[in-house]
Amino acid sequence: MIDLVAFIPRAVGQGIPLLYGSTGEIITQKSGNLNLGIPGVMYVGAISGVIGSFFYEQSIKNGGTENGFLMIAIPLLCSLLGSFLMGLLYSFLTVTLRANQNVTGLAMTTFGVGFGNFFGGSLIKISGLDVPSIALSKTSTYFSKSFVGTDAGWFGKIFLSYGFLAYAAIIIAIASALIIKRTRVGLHLRAVGESPTTADAAGINVTRYKYVATCAGCMIAGLGGLYYVMDYACGVWSNDAFGDRGWLAIALVIFTIWRPDMSIFASILFGGLYILYLYIPTGMDHMEYKEIYKMIPYIVTLVVLVITSMRNKRENQPPASLGLSYFREER
Amino acid sequence: MNNNEKVKEPLFHIVKRDAIPVGKAWGIRVIAIVAALLVCALVTTVLTKDNPLSIYATIFKGAFGSARKTWVTFQDLSILLIISLALTPAFKMKFWNIGGEGQVLIGGLASAACMILLADKMSNAGIIVCMIVSSIAAGAIWGLVPAFFKAKWNTNETLATLMMNYIATQLVAFYTVRWEVPKGSGKIGIINQSTSLGWLPQIGNKYLLSIIVAVIVTAGMYIYLNYSKHGYEIAVVGESENTARYVGMKVKKVIIRTMLLSGGLCGLAGLLLVGGINHTITTTIAGGQGFTAVMVSWLAKFNPITMIFTSFLIVFLGRGAGEISTRFGLNHSFSDILTGIILFFIIGCEFFIYYKINFRKSKKEESK
Repeated sequence: MIDLVAFIPRAVGQGIPLLYGSTGEIITQKSGNLNLGIPGVMYVGAISGVIGSFFYEQSIKNGGTENGFLMIAIPLLCSLLGSFLMGLLYSFLTVTLRANQNVTGLAMTTFGVGFGNFFGGSLIKISGLDVPSIALSKTSTYFSKSFVGTDAGWFGKIFLSYGFLAYAAIIIAIASALIIKRTRVGLHLRAVGESPTTADAAGINVTRYKYVATCAGCMIAGLGGLYYVMDYACGVWSNDAFGDRGWLAIALVIFTIWRPDMSIFASILFGGLYILYLYIPTGMDHMEYKEIYKMIPYIVTLVVLVITSMRNKRENQPPASLGLSYFREER
Repeated sequence: MNNNEKVKEPLFHIVKRDAIPVGKAWGIRVIAIVAALLVCALVTTVLTKDNPLSIYATIFKGAFGSARKTWVTFQDLSILLIISLALTPAFKMKFWNIGGEGQVLIGGLASAACMILLADKMSNAGIIVCMIVSSIAAGAIWGLVPAFFKAKWNTNETLATLMMNYIATQLVAFYTVRWEVPKGSGKIGIINQSTSLGWLPQIGNKYLLSIIVAVIVTAGMYIYLNYSKHGYEIAVVGESENTARYVGMKVKKVIIRTMLLSGGLCGLAGLLLVGGINHTITTTIAGGQGFTAVMVSWLAKFNPITMIFTSFLIVFLGRGAGEISTRFGLNHSFSDILTGIILFFIIGCEFFIYYKINFRKSKKEESK
């Protein structure tokens, strides 16, 4: 039987990046922008944070003093800035220049993943510093500092053993759900996503809503990358390690029918599916079945996609103008 | 954007163009590509501290530096072109097939399976026939699954095809472990190295086969899309599903048929990669080309002939950037950054082809 006290914290650890990614993408999609660049944005968010803290840790080694606040603030701000710029680029291309959203998103993913792997692999070479690898263990200890130690009971292990970014993810998800559902800003945002023409006629600034929602969405998604590298991977950057989590985050948007609060549970569930293969016994001579078990999250996503489309309920539909760019003079 | 000038006429406003001469449209695109190349050189200069002119020389050398490099460039070009062509009918139908990656992989896996499992049961010719049939069929099935759900329940095809990619990747990973040679190495290695069973025949040299297939597929796709009834149906369904339904086209049938074709051609690319070029299979054999092909196809406005140039641009830059990273000891993802920059510029420039910016006339002119 699976040891749940050990399994759940790991599932949550895997789920948090997905939660950040899907919350960001839900906000973006609510404004009618289908951002397929989220996987790239998450890489950029991660590597920007890594670059920031890499130089800060180097300056400490060269005689600077370690400042706990800066240890967290520098990577956090770098990461937010990096993913904000990606969001700005996407908004500029799709909203102002009205480019095709699918193609722009895929180009952003190509660029973002390349950007992450390039600087992850060449940062040491470019900066000319003499270090063997990017291991930000000091920064990582600040990011993964939790409420309880290793001697905690089951309650502590399941609920209190995460770094602050994990709790932030849940708070952001709940806050976004409330904003989208209960506030005037959220109402306007949904109006822009459903019918920009109507929203425009009602005096809502469509361009501004699309820009703000996309950039905010990207910044939230970028934090997912930062959480992964600083907390989950203990500050060690390795190329392609983040993998396809960005795409799973996009799939989660449909899975949760555009509700960030649902995404909290769905992300953790998917996080669990993602590592389930480690817990299914295969025996030593049939290691290949592990590869089959790794398929589980994707097959589940596919099945869920099909089931939600079969049920085809009115309230479960995507924003009506999702993927379309808006031009006022075209009616 | 111009909130503070509500009373005044805004500085500029945007209008849709009626139509733009083809020459002018291409002029705009060329300007965008040149601008993108300048930015690429700038980025490279900053990162490598080399002078910009020698960077262009290095890029050119990476693609055409020797006879072998030139052949490889054209071979890469043909594979990317075939995948782009495969995705094109689906995109024309507004079916976002981003599962090219998985369809190529599964086609490759099918041919690898034939090469390994039929090695001492059949003649070489028999194996090759089996490979061709099975890889195209495997790719077609991988295209059929999302198409079926799309046609039946309007399931989101972007995500469905994407998930099919990962299922294909894991299947390849599974069989890699099962067939690994030697045991425990985690890879298959060159299949049938001593007997060359199932290796596609070489025409002239080992690069020419894929190039010839690419030429045939390009011509075929051009005729299929522009001069056949199927091609016309695809265009109508893409423009408006309702119109298609009113004139009596079976939309579901068109969707499924087109995706069978799309997936099948991707499977063919997988066959060439495994049977003709690499003679082995890994999970990364498609190398992200399924995604790149989406952009290649879109940049060419779904025109098979234009696609030759767009895929050339991407392959040329990719190989050039590869040369730069080797020379300066940088990471090979550098080419993705350059590709990204070029794509952003071309995507952005489309705006100036479809829209016109009218600036506010100056006061003096108005008073006249």
